[in-house]
Amino acid sequence: MAHFEKAKNLNEWMDQRLAVNTLKKVMNTEYWIPKNINFLWAMGMVLAATFGILLVSGIFLLMYYQPNVNLAFDSVNYTIMSEVGYGWLWRHVHGVGASVVFLIIYIHMFTGIYYGSYKKGRELIWLSGMGLFVAFSAEAFSGYMLPWGQMSYWAGMVITNLFSGGGLHADFLVEWIRGDYVPGQAFLGRFFMLHVLLIPLAIIGLIVLHFGSLRIPHVNNQDGEEFDFAEAAELYKAGKVKESKVIPFSPVFLSKDVLVMGVYFIFFFYLVFYHFEFAMDPVNFDPANGLKTPTHIYPEWYFLWSYEILRPFSTNVGLIAFAIAQVIFFTLPFLDRSPNVAPASRRGLFKFWFWALLIDMIILTFMGKLPPEGIWSTIGLVAALTFMGLWIALPIITSREKKL
Amino acid sequence: MKELKIFGIVAVFTLILYWGVEPFAHSQMHKHVKGADLVYNGAADIVECEQSKKEMKKAFWADVQKIAALKGDAAAGEATYAMCAGCHMEGAANMGGVIPPSLDHAGAIYDKNFLIALIKDPAIATNVDHKYADTMAHPMGSIKTMVSEPQDIANVVAYLQAKKAGEVTPKEAYVEACSRCHANRYGKLTQLGEIPKTKSNIATGKDIDAMKYQEKVATEEASLANYLGKLPPDLSIMIRARSEHFLHTFIEDPQSQLTGTAMPRTGLNKEGMEKVFAYLEETGDPSKPLREETGPKVLLFFIIFTALAFLWKKSMWKGHH
Amino acid sequence: MAKNEQGRRDFIGMALGGFTALGGIGALYAMKRTWDPLPSVKAAGFTTIDLKDAQDNVLVVEKWRGKPIFILKQSADMLAKVKEDDKKRLINIGDSHYVVCVGLCTHLGCIPGYDAGDQSFLCACHGGMYDSTANVTKAPPPRGLDIPPFRVDGTKLVLGETGPEYEKMLADGTTLKV
Repeated sequence: MAHFEKAKNLNEWMDQRLAVNTLKKVMNTEYWIPKNINFLWAMGMVLAATFGILLVSGIFLLMYYQPNVNLAFDSVNYTIMSEVGYGWLWRHVHGVGASVVFLIIYIHMFTGIYYGSYKKGRELIWLSGMGLFVAFSAEAFSGYMLPWGQMSYWAGMVITNLFSGGGLHADFLVEWIRGDYVPGQAFLGRFFMLHVLLIPLAIIGLIVLHFGSLRIPHVNNQDGEEFDFAEAAELYKAGKVKESKVIPFSPVFLSKDVLVMGVYFIFFFYLVFYHFEFAMDPVNFDPANGLKTPTHIYPEWYFLWSYEILRPFSTNVGLIAFAIAQVIFFTLPFLDRSPNVAPASRRGLFKFWFWALLIDMIILTFMGKLPPEGIWSTIGLVAALTFMGLWIALPIITSREKKL
Repeated sequence: MKELKIFGIVAVFTLILYWGVEPFAHSQMHKHVKGADLVYNGAADIVECEQSKKEMKKAFWADVQKIAALKGDAAAGEATYAMCAGCHMEGAANMGGVIPPSLDHAGAIYDKNFLIALIKDPAIATNVDHKYADTMAHPMGSIKTMVSEPQDIANVVAYLQAKKAGEVTPKEAYVEACSRCHANRYGKLTQLGEIPKTKSNIATGKDIDAMKYQEKVATEEASLANYLGKLPPDLSIMIRARSEHFLHTFIEDPQSQLTGTAMPRTGLNKEGMEKVFAYLEETGDPSKPLREETGPKVLLFFIIFTALAFLWKKSMWKGHH
Repeated sequence: MAKNEQGRRDFIGMALGGFTALGGIGALYAMKRTWDPLPSVKAAGFTTIDLKDAQDNVLVVEKWRGKPIFILKQSADMLAKVKEDDKKRLINIGDSHYVVCVGLCTHLGCIPGYDAGDQSFLCACHGGMYDSTANVTKAPPPRGLDIPPFRVDGTKLVLGETGPEYEKMLADGTTLKV
């Protein structure tokens, strides 16, 4: 048994047993963040806050949701929306949150791409982040099944059909995933389990990994500059806060984080109360009907770019293109052959690559929503081919990049 | 300033993304139907119908206008109304597929020209004549021969507007105009009326009265589905499943949004439409009042929060720049 | 206490924290309301019981708010044996007298059984006993079986609503509020 002296106060008592003061230094007051950053660096905390909001609103929805094909729709649209005290609020918060979280994820992702925050020691941050993107995508898809509306049913039907592998005709696999020939009770039950337990646990684990992988390389900065954190920390602690290149996470960086979150919450709750149809599509307010496909089915906006890569090609080609699109982002740290950690604006052709990718994905998003007819399918095809072309070009462009 | 520029770029891309995915895409997916502003003069019907029927319809609606110009005698109309009451009465049976709706507030919620047209020829008035070889086959078709004199029609309509009007609640408007075909389970309404309260048998745990009622409803629904081709959807949450514009134009002239549909035009006037919409909102969006009340408070909270956060940030960052 | 670099109290930080706590209280209120019983649950709390077919000394069991309700019509000789104190437990409709009470032992909630021969209730869980008016005769139950709110409507009783007879029972302590 280690030797324990009598503690003088509560803080000392906790510190003797849990090293709270060391934890406080390591995680907060002496966790050094570069000063040369902008508000985009707060997106991570905004995501954590949004995940928290989704978790809490989800808890209250879970109290009344019935994962049964006959009861699910009304448990949400009647019980929760009209009977449960503030049930409508949790539902709106959860639906809007599930959509807005992807906006922030994409902003966060593209910030990382722009500033080269996936290179030279930061590969695991990028990979765990992409893992989180996949986990959030699975969480969003499984969650969308739960209200058991028309869109829930038909999205479930279409997406599970992908697993037949086109020409492979792996129907047995599709039936195994569904637990039935079509999406039904078995399907709803397992996606409920995934949404409420398994995927949230995976997300929490990945968040821990994401934070852990960030600690040693430290947060990047607007110029991609590599500097001595220990030296900058000493300067700061000596009181030279203006000269130092770093700030402590708490309270300095946190205070800016909180400001960004305040602005974000105004935007978020404006959507929750006044402008929520984009997140709660009218088609899903028709109860699921296995004998009638809606005139227009489409995934939620954040899946549209990837959906559009699937659509313009023949079945097997489309499936391969789709599969590639899902994993290609993981390979970014390895396809980018340049050693430069710098904002895209200073990286020659990479600058054009970045904006071309962003605009291409926005075009793919638009086309994914539009009916696959006439000029829209042509544009969609061109955009899908451009997407592939950009990723093939990446190693070529970056290997010829001038070293900064 | 650089941060403001970056924020501007993010905001612009977000707004472009929103525009493409929502307003633009929806405008491409759903053709815009103008609607007739609740004017029932058959203008849209004449445009929509096949060539061979256009003359007939023009003449029909011109006749309706003529009848509308006559002065109706409500007292005389009351006697004629007896022809209607035979079917449109409390506890009426199913007639040719549907139970005739109550007319208790018909004068208040339906348009005058529509009522005239309806008595003249129900199938043409409701724009479902393309479903019948002979419009006499319409469940209400026989009214054409029973009340055909222009003055008689004017009198009955005057009677409706005088004696079958008055204050109407949203629920009453819905029950009279919609519920014979469209159930509303959130409002506890079936095509047979309000779901009665029943009690389970204490020994068996089964509620026989409820089961018997369910059987009656199921039989009625089967009859409706047979008559119309499919069961009209439950409207509990329809207010969130379709846009307000769609519902408005659809109720006014179903053919304009869903060509070939079996749904008849309802002939609701402005008051009727408002009351029906109010009921649809009662069952489909009951949290709306509280949501509109709470919204400003929550936003105000976060505006003050952000202001305080800004001050805190400034104080924490003093001397750092 | 949060202090900034100069060692002064971080007032604005505390103000922000306090204001955020206010928001937290608002959120907690919404959460509390989400736990409240639903309106449909509370509305279902009314049951109508028709007493006209009840027989003397035959226990009838109904359900109200998920709980068993005992209805025991008093025969002439049962009435004769009723103690003075217990008379206020009876409901008088026309010529008949009834005991209407919640069939859950006031000790810990088990359902007591009725012995028509003995004209008494026995709770098997811990041996508590009640007489023919469901007033307690043997410990451990602390009081007689509770009487639910009721309103007399002809030969019917509407449980869940209150009437003058029930109000009187509440006022003179015959029953606690259920």
